[in-house]
Amino acid sequence: MKLLFKDGRVIDPGNNFSQIADIMVDEGRISAVGAGLRPDGAEVIDVKGKLVFPGFIDMHVHLREPGLEAKETIATGTRAAAMGGFTGVACMPNTKPVIDNQAMVEFVKSRAASAGAVNVFPIGAITKGSAGNELAEIGDMKLAGAVAVSDDGHPVMNAQMMRLAMQYAKMFDVPVISHCEDLNLVAEGVMNEGYYSTVYGLKGISRAAEEVMVARDIMLAELTGARVHIAHISTEGSVELVRMAKKKGLKVTAEATPHHFTLVDEVVGGYDTSTKVNPPLRSKDDVKAIKQGLHDGTIDVIATDHAPHTLEEKDVEFNYAPFGMVGLETAVGLAFRELVRPGLLSVEELARKLSLNPARILGLAKGHLGVGADADITVVDPELCEIVDVNRFATKGRNTPFKGWELVGLPVLTIVGGRVVMRERQLVI
Amino acid sequence: MSLNRKDLLGIKDLSVDEIRLILETAEPMKDITRREIKKVPVLRGKAIINLFYEPSTRTRTSFELAGKYMSADTINISTSTSSVVKGESLRDTGKTLEAMGADIIIIRHAAAGAPYLLSKYVSASVINAGDGFHEHPTQALLDMFTIKEKKGQIEGLTVAIIGDILHSRVARSNIWCLTKMGARVRVIGPSTLLPPEIEKLGVTVYTNVEEGLIDADVVMVLRIQLERQQKGLFPTIREYARVFGINAERLGLASPDVLVMHPGPMNRGVEIAPEVADGIQSVINEQVTNGVAVRMALLYLLAGGGNPHETVI
Repeated sequence: MKLLFKDGRVIDPGNNFSQIADIMVDEGRISAVGAGLRPDGAEVIDVKGKLVFPGFIDMHVHLREPGLEAKETIATGTRAAAMGGFTGVACMPNTKPVIDNQAMVEFVKSRAASAGAVNVFPIGAITKGSAGNELAEIGDMKLAGAVAVSDDGHPVMNAQMMRLAMQYAKMFDVPVISHCEDLNLVAEGVMNEGYYSTVYGLKGISRAAEEVMVARDIMLAELTGARVHIAHISTEGSVELVRMAKKKGLKVTAEATPHHFTLVDEVVGGYDTSTKVNPPLRSKDDVKAIKQGLHDGTIDVIATDHAPHTLEEKDVEFNYAPFGMVGLETAVGLAFRELVRPGLLSVEELARKLSLNPARILGLAKGHLGVGADADITVVDPELCEIVDVNRFATKGRNTPFKGWELVGLPVLTIVGGRVVMRERQLVI
Repeated sequence: MSLNRKDLLGIKDLSVDEIRLILETAEPMKDITRREIKKVPVLRGKAIINLFYEPSTRTRTSFELAGKYMSADTINISTSTSSVVKGESLRDTGKTLEAMGADIIIIRHAAAGAPYLLSKYVSASVINAGDGFHEHPTQALLDMFTIKEKKGQIEGLTVAIIGDILHSRVARSNIWCLTKMGARVRVIGPSTLLPPEIEKLGVTVYTNVEEGLIDADVVMVLRIQLERQQKGLFPTIREYARVFGINAERLGLASPDVLVMHPGPMNRGVEIAPEVADGIQSVINEQVTNGVAVRMALLYLLAGGGNPHETVI
């Protein structure tokens, strides 16, 4: 099956290519890129006026399978990814049981192969059961296909444990993804500490709760020489710490989520539990710093931290609700709204944050549109407008504070390995 | 004039006119509480439910009597003996009470925002009787009533609130209410028990109790909870009493006709010395009396009542 994408603006920073061109896909790979390609029996898809990106990769997703299928499954989570323009997702290991060994990694891969709509890249746990006490079998998991290790949701509080994990993971060239949160400093907090936590009467989570661990892990990255990726940074101080680490030449990368570059803590005011997220929504100054970090390259990646929960789990008192919001189906629209349209990111830079950089960090031969590359392609219509309607979501989660928002700039085609999985805002799988 | 709202969830969203209306309505209500036969028929046929997720004596009893004095049917639900222990959600509990015909639900809950949540689920009026560290609006209203009764007015007074401001819904509601009514508010407490950016609410912050008390017209002492010491927020109850406890000597720094208030229950000898709690400047028992009157006013107004002077009661 051959596909020819005609007259789109091809944005491929990995090959320093950004111009109107055609792309031919054959046998799941890109077979030609250039002007005026002949169909040669291929199905022609007109993408004139649209942006043709290397397939977006969300390196921070909770697919919840196994064990938490009421929240999400690999089938529904990857369909949400397809709807959101993501051709690949890296899934976090905080399932039940935790993905902390080779058999679990293989389970995720096999479920993804049979039920998934997009590529799934499993992330293994750093420690057994993500309990923070003993190293998980990182080598074994890497050989089974894990792309990184992380105890996301359960920060490794013991600095010596983290140091050993970094030393050990480095041996296999596996990046360590750190969820930075000092649990003692969090002290049962549920929202950003500041004026609004005072007004709303909710326990605050200080910026320092995140920053002390960002600082710690940067120092450990320096000590061990390991590749360390800081997940979902949310504060001005964290951005500054990562900036300093990069200046020093450490192998430190960082991601930010769409909600952290879009929303401020004031929105917690209605006690809407879809605004309860970890790390919490921060202040205006923090949002500004995150945007600046994305703009100047301090923050390498936009990742969603897609965290679906059931309605009944979220429809409770704010203190009792689990942390997290869904993000796969709103991320691209929010990136256009907050970053591309205001001129903070060019579309080329967006392609780096959503595709090339996550591919590089995870060691995937993806993220570009060169001849011979896997035909993972995301096409975005920069003018297409849609109101966020949770009832049309492919994810099982409805926990988003963006319901009813108008988003302009949405994916209209998601192609995974040469196969169309989403077309004109409809799943075709 | 009537109170044109379904719920009372906090002082923050009340206008000065609404606060004045509630306080004015409480005056004739207080007269009723002094009668030999404390019963008027204005809420006859109304069902009022006290839904208390936290233990309470004075607030629950105060609301219950307020309803009963006005002939409403009042029911108390304490969660330790209800379906809540079976894991029923707030939404389902609210819907159940509504299905039985509740007109007003009064809720006390450990989680901030719970009354707000309940108010979205039910068409009955919801009154916040204290939610987490967020608000306790009827406490602030009864405190306003007490100050106004004793001082004639609130505007221009200097009010010092002392203690665990961080975990206090009473402090927050009083700060909103007092600043709206034109008082100067000081908060005094150990630095570990002061909420972040509290000064943005328009208060002056003191960690030195003596400085904070100087020339104060009203001193509101808050309850200090042992649990806070156990979490390491201050070293010992003994040190707290020594550094922040209100005794007669310290009270001497305040205005000569200072009012001493406490929302109760008191830890005598900790945050307040017995001679102050029982002294001539103490209006602590009057606060309790006024609490019934203010809650009567609120129930009456939320049930749709107009100016009580124009109604036969």
